[in-house]
Amino acid sequence: MPKSAFAGGVHPPGMKEMSAGRPIERAPVPERLTVPMSQHLGAPCVPLVQAGERVRRGQVVGAVDALVSAPVHSPVDGEVVEVGECLTAAGSRVTCVTIAPDGGQDFDRWVPVEGDDVPSTVRAAGIVGLGGAAFPSAVKLVPPKEHPVSTVILNGCECEPYLTCDHRLMVESPERIVRGGVLIAEAVGARRVVVGIESNKPDAIDAMRRAADGTQVEVLPLPTKYPQGAEKQLIWSVLRKEVPHGKLPAAAGALVHNVGTAAAIADAVDSRKPLVERVVTVTGRVARPGNYLVLIGTPVSDLIALAGGFSGEVERVVAGGPMTGPALGTLDVPVTKGMSGIVVLGPGDAPKPVDGDQPCIRCGRCSEACPMFLQPFAIGTYANVRMWDRAEQYHALDCIECGACSYACPTYRPLVQLIRIAKGALMAKGVRP
Amino acid sequence: MSERAMPRLVVTAPPHIRAPASCRSIMLWVVGALAPAAAWSIVLMGAPAVITYAACIATALLSEAAWNAAARRPQTLGDGSALVTGLLLAMSMPPRTPWWISVAAAAVAILLGKMVFGGLGWNLFNPALVGRAFAVLSWGGVLSALPTKGWYRVIDVPASGALDAISGATRLAIAAADRAAGGAYGFDLSAQYPALLFRNLEGSLGEVSAALLVLGGLVLIWRGIIDWRIPAGYVGTMAVLSWAFGSDPLFHVMAGGVLLGAFFMATDYVSSPMTRNARLVYGIGCGLFNAVGRFFGSMPEATTFAILFMNGMAPLLDKAFAPRTFGWVKRDE
Repeated sequence: MPKSAFAGGVHPPGMKEMSAGRPIERAPVPERLTVPMSQHLGAPCVPLVQAGERVRRGQVVGAVDALVSAPVHSPVDGEVVEVGECLTAAGSRVTCVTIAPDGGQDFDRWVPVEGDDVPSTVRAAGIVGLGGAAFPSAVKLVPPKEHPVSTVILNGCECEPYLTCDHRLMVESPERIVRGGVLIAEAVGARRVVVGIESNKPDAIDAMRRAADGTQVEVLPLPTKYPQGAEKQLIWSVLRKEVPHGKLPAAAGALVHNVGTAAAIADAVDSRKPLVERVVTVTGRVARPGNYLVLIGTPVSDLIALAGGFSGEVERVVAGGPMTGPALGTLDVPVTKGMSGIVVLGPGDAPKPVDGDQPCIRCGRCSEACPMFLQPFAIGTYANVRMWDRAEQYHALDCIECGACSYACPTYRPLVQLIRIAKGALMAKGVRP
Repeated sequence: MSERAMPRLVVTAPPHIRAPASCRSIMLWVVGALAPAAAWSIVLMGAPAVITYAACIATALLSEAAWNAAARRPQTLGDGSALVTGLLLAMSMPPRTPWWISVAAAAVAILLGKMVFGGLGWNLFNPALVGRAFAVLSWGGVLSALPTKGWYRVIDVPASGALDAISGATRLAIAAADRAAGGAYGFDLSAQYPALLFRNLEGSLGEVSAALLVLGGLVLIWRGIIDWRIPAGYVGTMAVLSWAFGSDPLFHVMAGGVLLGAFFMATDYVSSPMTRNARLVYGIGCGLFNAVGRFFGSMPEATTFAILFMNGMAPLLDKAFAPRTFGWVKRDE
């Protein structure tokens, strides 16, 4: 039985049954790959190749000398056709390397990554958090001296509705995830490795348990509740410890990595494989929802076509989960390292966009929903009138931007966006959490 | 993918899915929870009740529409809050209220109780109670001297004590007179339970059946629309204090406006606190001032003013009982 859930949170419909039973399929090589130089949090990479240059699968095509960054590799053997600007799913224009793949790719060969130890290998492999945040993973493998990590937590919650890429990975490749967890624990000197999985994925729990048998890795079923997979809520669920305000998870003795990230780390260390592809769930109003192993840089329009095209009336296409992912204005954007899914929503799946500023009716649902125990209505109201100091008193900077408050709001106030505005204004004033 | 097959994509901010409860659905649940008691009052009282409901609800809706039109703001009747205010106000009025008092009270409730503050969400006090307070303060004499004909009559209770008989407009008034006389009339409070529960023609429209009000209130708690802490704090405090003041707790919970107030008036989102602990304290405060007003006050409006007073306290309670933020040791470390 899972332990009791963290306080707050919401219960959106899971909508996972459409794709949860579909095994991971390799997506075909697209005509062109558009590989952005900024797919991670931190410093963008600088292109290291020029138009006309030959590249090989796994060759570094972009890098930068900065602590928080991750190099970018060519996912295929091919020829660089352009180095220019492209639009990403997040809505920003970034430098991209466009590659024309050769006919007939060997997916089992790549330019091996270098690295003497786990952190340097992970860094060279360009691995970032695959759950969506895309924070460079190597940075987290060198924890601060003053806070030793005793427990590595692998995040297999996948609490966002619709998404099933982590679910399928746990069912199909549990041994890679277990191996990744062991490597991470060795790198940071942790004793325990715990895989947290929401109880709505019993087959994943079984598969992980079998793979973890005889290792130091434990599998812990957790209550199904959004945002169970948020870092602080997951740490609380596993360790019953709150990460202190403004501190790293290491302050609670924990380090969290996504299960997909752990598998990528195992591949990088054991097979010298860089991060050039990932599993993406394509689901919702498409003819054949499923989970696909996709080369980084593949256009989203190709994924929609791969899933049989749109089915029925389509209104929104979301990159990532529907609780936090951006809605796309065009399908001409590439898959990036942090993109866990493409969710196609129709008119009945989401409420109509609301015009103007709707009133707060002070029902308190946002406070009940907030897993950080904030009072989002108050921060939202102060953000409306630009009273940043009051927003700070209500701890706006502690917001994890999970969107539970907006989800719960009966007048559809854009609470999480208002809080983001307040956070931005406070950070610009030099206030730090 | 061909251009032709490409739908027009809508770009909105996340989350792209929303909980099913909307402002309108919540308001309609409240109306639905009040409906059994309201319907029962119409069945028992007929035309006078219908006139009061119609006058209050129609005036509430028209006042809000007129204000929005005059202020050139978008119409807001669709949110359902004016309907709830009109219905609640009617249920807090006596059945033979002259129609013009209902109209005046409903107009004041919406215009001075809500719209002048900026509309839904910005008012400090419960609009329906503002309307009722306005009516009883302006025409208290008219309301307490309503025509007594047909089913609506003064209750006569044969006295078992030292005096011959007692009569009054409501059971609560008789109980108060008996208390003032030191129990000389021997008014049996527990004998009033059946009438208060199922068929109470005296008092306001909403007091017609305590059982139906509790049923509606429990439905709202079950649906997660109101927080149990407010009615529990309110009714619990009322019962304990009634007992402490030497009277019958059940009678005092069921008689007068306590149940309508505890489940439907004090729980109004806008004018009540927003966090759990503050809501419990607020409910207890409502019960405290209601009981003190009923046992020691000089006017029969304890419920109205207890809730209005606690409405004013709500923002302070929210501040005083704000929850601790996750990761913080105390609220203001």
